[in-house]
Amino acid sequence: MARLSMVDAINTTLHELMAKDDRIVIMGEDVGVDGGVFRATVGLLDKFGPDRVIDTPLAESGIVGAAIGMAVYGMRPIAEIQFEGFMFKAFDQVYSHASRLRRRSQGLYGVPLVIRAPYGAGVRALEHHSDAPEALFCHLPGMKVVIPSTPAEAKGLLTASVEDPDPVVFLEPKRLYRLFKEEVPEGEYRIPLGEARMVKEGKDITLVTYGGMVSVCERAAQHVAGEGVDAEIVDLRTVWPFDIAAITKSVTKTGRLIIVHEAPRSFGVGAEIAALVAERCLLSLLAPIKRVTGFDVVPPLARLEEYNYPDSDRVVRAIHDTMQF
Amino acid sequence: MKFPGIYEELFYKALRIRLVEERIIELYPSDKIQSPVHLSIGQEAVAVGACQSLKQTDLLFCSYRSHAFYLAKGGHLREMFAELYGKATGCGHGKAGSMHLAAPEVGLMGSSAVVASTIPHAVGAALAAERLKKPQVIVAVFGDGATEEGAYHESLNFAALHKLPIVLLCENNGLAVHSKLEARQAYRITDQAKSYGLPVAYLADGHDVVKVHEVFSGIVGEVRRSRCPHFVEIRTCRYKEHVGPDEDSHAGYRSVEELQAWKSKDPLILNQELVAQYRPVILQEIDDAVEFAERSPWPERSELLSDVV
Ligand SMILES: Cc1ncc(C[n+]2csc(CCOP(=O)(O)OP(=O)(O)O)c2C)c(N)n1
Ligand SMILES: [Mg+2]
Repeated sequence: MARLSMVDAINTTLHELMAKDDRIVIMGEDVGVDGGVFRATVGLLDKFGPDRVIDTPLAESGIVGAAIGMAVYGMRPIAEIQFEGFMFKAFDQVYSHASRLRRRSQGLYGVPLVIRAPYGAGVRALEHHSDAPEALFCHLPGMKVVIPSTPAEAKGLLTASVEDPDPVVFLEPKRLYRLFKEEVPEGEYRIPLGEARMVKEGKDITLVTYGGMVSVCERAAQHVAGEGVDAEIVDLRTVWPFDIAAITKSVTKTGRLIIVHEAPRSFGVGAEIAALVAERCLLSLLAPIKRVTGFDVVPPLARLEEYNYPDSDRVVRAIHDTMQF
Repeated sequence: MKFPGIYEELFYKALRIRLVEERIIELYPSDKIQSPVHLSIGQEAVAVGACQSLKQTDLLFCSYRSHAFYLAKGGHLREMFAELYGKATGCGHGKAGSMHLAAPEVGLMGSSAVVASTIPHAVGAALAAERLKKPQVIVAVFGDGATEEGAYHESLNFAALHKLPIVLLCENNGLAVHSKLEARQAYRITDQAKSYGLPVAYLADGHDVVKVHEVFSGIVGEVRRSRCPHFVEIRTCRYKEHVGPDEDSHAGYRSVEELQAWKSKDPLILNQELVAQYRPVILQEIDDAVEFAERSPWPERSELLSDVV
């Protein structure tokens, strides 16, 4: 096993997947000659040539639209959007077609497409470069949304996303791209979509989270452990459709739930989880469900970004409130 | 300030922008600048030549590479530095950064990181000006890469069809991030604009600030009179990396010779006599603006929630 950063794990995975399946093509702005602005596609052009690693014009709607056409034709396109904030030029194609073609073809064909994009805060580059728009994609019937939290997870989840017969938006937390390295399994490695990861077992309170917030929750859990509170952390990793069974199982055990995400609060992933938990295990709850999230604001410049991004102090405060209810 | 002629005046304005950005480069390693920066060094003459004939009431919409246009249109230097520092006194209250400079009081209506996204706003402003019979000219500024986006084509058609008082200005530096124009476009920008029926001007030398001014002032006059759209493409060169303060010849996507060819025609490099004459007073102004940014307060935590809805 090699110790890799998340961006290197993604790069290695793309190399391995492309070597195995020649239906896979990569397309996007600066992905070929340049190797991508975050270097995620470095070396792919040299290895697989311009027929499979395609530098496109600066036109997101065209990139995703053409990728849908390739997917319907039988290829396995992986489209890269340079930053999450530029996805919305392609949102028309995602909303109107990628998520609907399986239904529209009466199940005859789907759209095996992965759209990769750097995601979330962490590079101090404010709006459009620090946004967390996952809920907008979760809201589309037919779309899957995946956000990895570690390098090894990124490999397993990207593999499953590329192999999936339906469209997946694969959002890569840019603050994790180079934050740490870990052992990444060699060779084929997949993590089934829709299964949450138990990061840490605990009996007092459940923290449901994903992406860059997983490590924030780990720090908070460590902190409250010193006070005798045993927190359980569930990493969704497939943000939609999420693993509701894992969530309800944990909440039934602990009786307390906090959902942590960096995306704005209102109509976010946390809201959907809270609603489902209320429907399915309300009577297990010992305290109101809490959310620790970004505010309902456009991501601002660096100094204010720190206030917007949930940190372990905010999670600890929410744990205190919930435990003391 | 008094100038002996138009050349000196335009030179001064272009030099001011260059020295401002060179100060940004100096400051960058200190991490005081809280925002990513897309520098215009090499492209100053386009902004200066274009803005010279605009009135304060004429409106400009531009992109994230907007320092030059912000200053050329009359945006305040203090508020620009404060914004880059992320301070409360910045033109975006320390929340918007370099990519979103705005100075509506002098007609700079805002800039955006999303390529091509402000072109339709300029078209809409021109439509409004036309409907309200205001004598304004509206200018949309965008790069060569922006011409590949759907919003650009939708905007050109809209402006041409409705005969709107707009100048569509393409700053063609031949690059989008690290991709060369030839690798991205099957069309020629001016030919393509002509196909919408737009009158088109093309300037091969974006360093020739007087020429840019002359051509642009003719066009602005024409748009003011006829209330019809015009298209201008100006070739220019970005000297620094796409984003950030550094050189990028090591990145290998363009040759040192290409860059050198542009630098060898650059009046701000060639005319050291004028540089020496104007530099001290400009540096004084910059020192003052930086000092203002330094001593300005950070935005309060509560600022996070202001101006949201
Ligand atoms: C819609 C969109 N897609 C991609 C990007 C990433 N990006 C930022 S600048 C840029 C290149 C733009 O080139 P051009 O329009 O020529 O402007 P220049 O940077 O050369 O001034 C790209 C691709 C973006 N900001 N917006
Ligand atoms: Mg360009």
